[in-house]
Amino acid sequence: MIQIQAANLDYKELNEKLRETEDDCTIENCCGQRFIATGMAGRTVTIHGVPGNALGAYLNGASIVVKANAQDAVGDTMNDGRILIYGNAGDAVGYAMRGGEIYIRGNAGYRAGIHMKEYKEKVPVIVIGGVAGSFLGEYQAGGVIIVLGLEAEGKRIVGNFPCTGMHGGKMFLRGNCEQIQFPSQVTARAATEEDKKELKEHLSAYCRLFDLDLEAILASPFTVLTPDSKNPYKQMYVAN
Amino acid sequence: MGVEFIYPEFEVIRNDNRCIACRVCERQCANEVHFFNAERGVMMSDETKCVNCQRCVSLCPTRALKIVKSDCKLRENANWQDDTIKEIYKQANSGAVLLSSMGNPKPFPVYWDKILINASQVTNPSIDPLREPMETRVFLGKKPDKVKRDANGKLLCELPPQLELSLPVMFSAMSYGSISYNAHESLARAATELGIYYNTGEGGLHEDFYCYGKNTIVQVASGRFGVHKEYLEASAAVEIKMGQGAKPGIGGHLPGAKIVGDVSRTRMIPEGSDAISPAPHHDIYSIEDLRQLVFSLKEATEYKKPIIVKVAAVHNIAAIASGIARSGADIIAIDGFRGGTGAAPTRIRDNVGIPIELALAAVDQRLRDEGIRNNVSLVVGGSIRSASDVVKAIALGADACYIATAAVLALGCHLCRTCQSGKCNWGIATQRPDLVKRLNPDIGSERLVNLVKAWQHEIKELMGGMGINSIEALRGNRLMLRGIGLTEKELEILGILHAGE
Repeated sequence: MIQIQAANLDYKELNEKLRETEDDCTIENCCGQRFIATGMAGRTVTIHGVPGNALGAYLNGASIVVKANAQDAVGDTMNDGRILIYGNAGDAVGYAMRGGEIYIRGNAGYRAGIHMKEYKEKVPVIVIGGVAGSFLGEYQAGGVIIVLGLEAEGKRIVGNFPCTGMHGGKMFLRGNCEQIQFPSQVTARAATEEDKKELKEHLSAYCRLFDLDLEAILASPFTVLTPDSKNPYKQMYVAN
Repeated sequence: MGVEFIYPEFEVIRNDNRCIACRVCERQCANEVHFFNAERGVMMSDETKCVNCQRCVSLCPTRALKIVKSDCKLRENANWQDDTIKEIYKQANSGAVLLSSMGNPKPFPVYWDKILINASQVTNPSIDPLREPMETRVFLGKKPDKVKRDANGKLLCELPPQLELSLPVMFSAMSYGSISYNAHESLARAATELGIYYNTGEGGLHEDFYCYGKNTIVQVASGRFGVHKEYLEASAAVEIKMGQGAKPGIGGHLPGAKIVGDVSRTRMIPEGSDAISPAPHHDIYSIEDLRQLVFSLKEATEYKKPIIVKVAAVHNIAAIASGIARSGADIIAIDGFRGGTGAAPTRIRDNVGIPIELALAAVDQRLRDEGIRNNVSLVVGGSIRSASDVVKAIALGADACYIATAAVLALGCHLCRTCQSGKCNWGIATQRPDLVKRLNPDIGSERLVNLVKAWQHEIKELMGGMGINSIEALRGNRLMLRGIGLTEKELEILGILHAGE
C-alpha cells in the first residue's frame, strides 16, 4: 500500500504520483484535488479528506473509497469499478456512467445518474443512502438508481423533476412517494416481491460495506419507476 | 388523397424509346419509385416517393431517365411561397415538427462568393508551385508566446501536443449511425493516406477502425456514447461537441430504429433504444465547468493529446470563443450555419446561427485583441466548398478547415437532403446492408484522396499567385482579401477592404 501526502500537491502532481505506481494507494489530507484516478483500472485508491470534482472520471475498473464527502461529477462516464463515498456527494454523480457501482452513504446533489446507460452485461448501479436533489435520473437510458432516504425524517427523498426524459433502466425510491410528481412518460408502482429480490441483490454489498441492516431496509415499501417507452420522442417529427 | 394530398416535388421522365425494361432503376431505388407493369410490359413510377437522389439516372444503362422538378405549382404568391404552404400542409396532416437534412438551403448571402483573392504583379513576384517548394503543412494546438531557452541558452523545444496536417483540411464529425460503416472506412483510410484527420462524431469508434487511430479525432458529446478509456486512447485528439452549425442549441437524437447491430455495439447502448444527446451538457454551465471537462479528458489521455471544443457559430461567438480559449482547450472548432447534418428540425436549420465567414473574422480579431490568439488553433467548417474557400478562410484567420458535405459529395452523395429517412441510395447515410455495400471503400477512399489532393494543388497555385510559399504566412493575412458588393458593416466585421481600395 502506497501512501501519498496530498496536502501540498496540486491535482496534476497528485495524479502523476498516482499513475507512477500500479499498487493500491492511500491519499492523505486530500483537499479538493480534481480528476483523481481518472480512467484508472485494477486497484484500490483510498482517500482521506475531500476529493475535488470529477473524481474517478472514465473509471475503468478501479475501486475508490472516500472516507469523507465528495464534490461534483463523481464517476463521470464511468465504465467499470466501484466508488464508495462515506459522506455526501455533489451534483451530477455518475453522469453517463455505463458500468460499475457508486455507493453513497449520505446525500447526493442535483442530477444524480443523468444519462446513465447500460449495455449487455454492463448494468451500472447508483445507491444513495440519504436523499437526492432535483432531476434525479434525467435522461436515464439504463442502469439502476436506488435512493434509500435513511435518517432523512421530514425530508423529501428526491427533489423536483425526477426521471425527466427517462427512457431506459429502473429507479427504486424507498417509501410510497405519494407527494412526488413524476413525468407522464414513466410508470410509478409499488415494489413487488420480485422487485425486492432484485433490490436485495443490489443492496447486499452496499449494506455490508456500510454496515447497515439489509433486512430492516427491505422491510419498508419501495416505489419502482420504469419508462413507458425507449423511444419517447418517436412521433414528434415529419420528413420535410 | 383529398385534403392531405401534396403534389410530388419531382417528376420521373422516362424515354420509352430508350427504356429496355431491364429494371435496374427498380432494384436501385430504396424509395420504391420504379416498378414493372408485367401486363403492359413497361416500367412505371410512383413519383410521390421520389427524393431526386439521381441514383436511377446515374445507373440507367440506356440513359432513359431524368428527374425534373415538377411544374405543378400552387398559385404564385411572393409571401406565401410553395414550400411555405406545403410545410403548413405537412404539419396540419401530422401535428409534427418538420425534420430536414443537410445544410441550410435558403438564399442567405454566401460571403465566400463576395470575397476576392489577391495576386502579385511585377513586385513581390508570384511563385510557380510546379517548380518551387510550397508548404501547406500546418500544426494545430497551443503555441508558446515566446522562444524559451534554458540556463545555457539552449532552445527549449517542448511544445504542447499538436496535430500535424499535410494541408489545412480535415473531415469533420459524422457519426457511425448517421453514416454507414463503408463511409467511415472511406474517410478513415483517406485521412490516413492524406496525412490529415477524420472525426468519429458522437457515435463511438467501431472496433475495426482503431487501426486508423493516429488519424482519428474522437468526439465526446453530452450523451457520451461509446466514450471509454480505450476510445480516448486510440485517438489523435479528443473533441468536445458543444454545438453543431446545422442545429445550434439542439442536441443529437438518433432514433432507436437506427440503433441496430454494430451501431448499437459502437455506441454501447441496446438495440432499438433512442440515442439522445441533448444540446446542453448538464455538467457544463460555465467556462469553469467546460475547463473541468477539458482537463478531465487531458488527465485521461495524460496530456498527450490536444483537446478540441466544437461550437456552432452564433451571435456572441467572439465572446464564447474567448471563453473557450481560456478554458484550456487547444483547438476551437467553429461550425457555421450552412453546415450539414443527418437530421435537424427545419426551423432550426434554416433560422438559427450565423455564417462562418463572419464568425471566423470576429473570433480571430477578438482573440488577437485580447492577446490570446496563440492559446488556441481555429478550425472552421459549415460549408467549405472548394480550395478557394479554404484559402479565404485561412486568410481570414483560420488554422484549418473542416469539410463534411464536400466529403460525402465525393463519396457519391447527390444532396437530395433526405438523410433522415435512412434509405440513402448511395450507401452513405444508411445502415441497410444492401445499400451500404453500394459504397465501395476502396473507391470511396480513392475519391476522397483525389478531391483533397486536387484542392491541395489549387491551394498551392492560389498561394503562389500571391507570392506566398508557406500557408502559415497566409494565416490571418487579410490584406490578401477584398470584398465585392458588401456593405461598410460587413467589410468592417470581415476586416477587409473593398475591391479597388
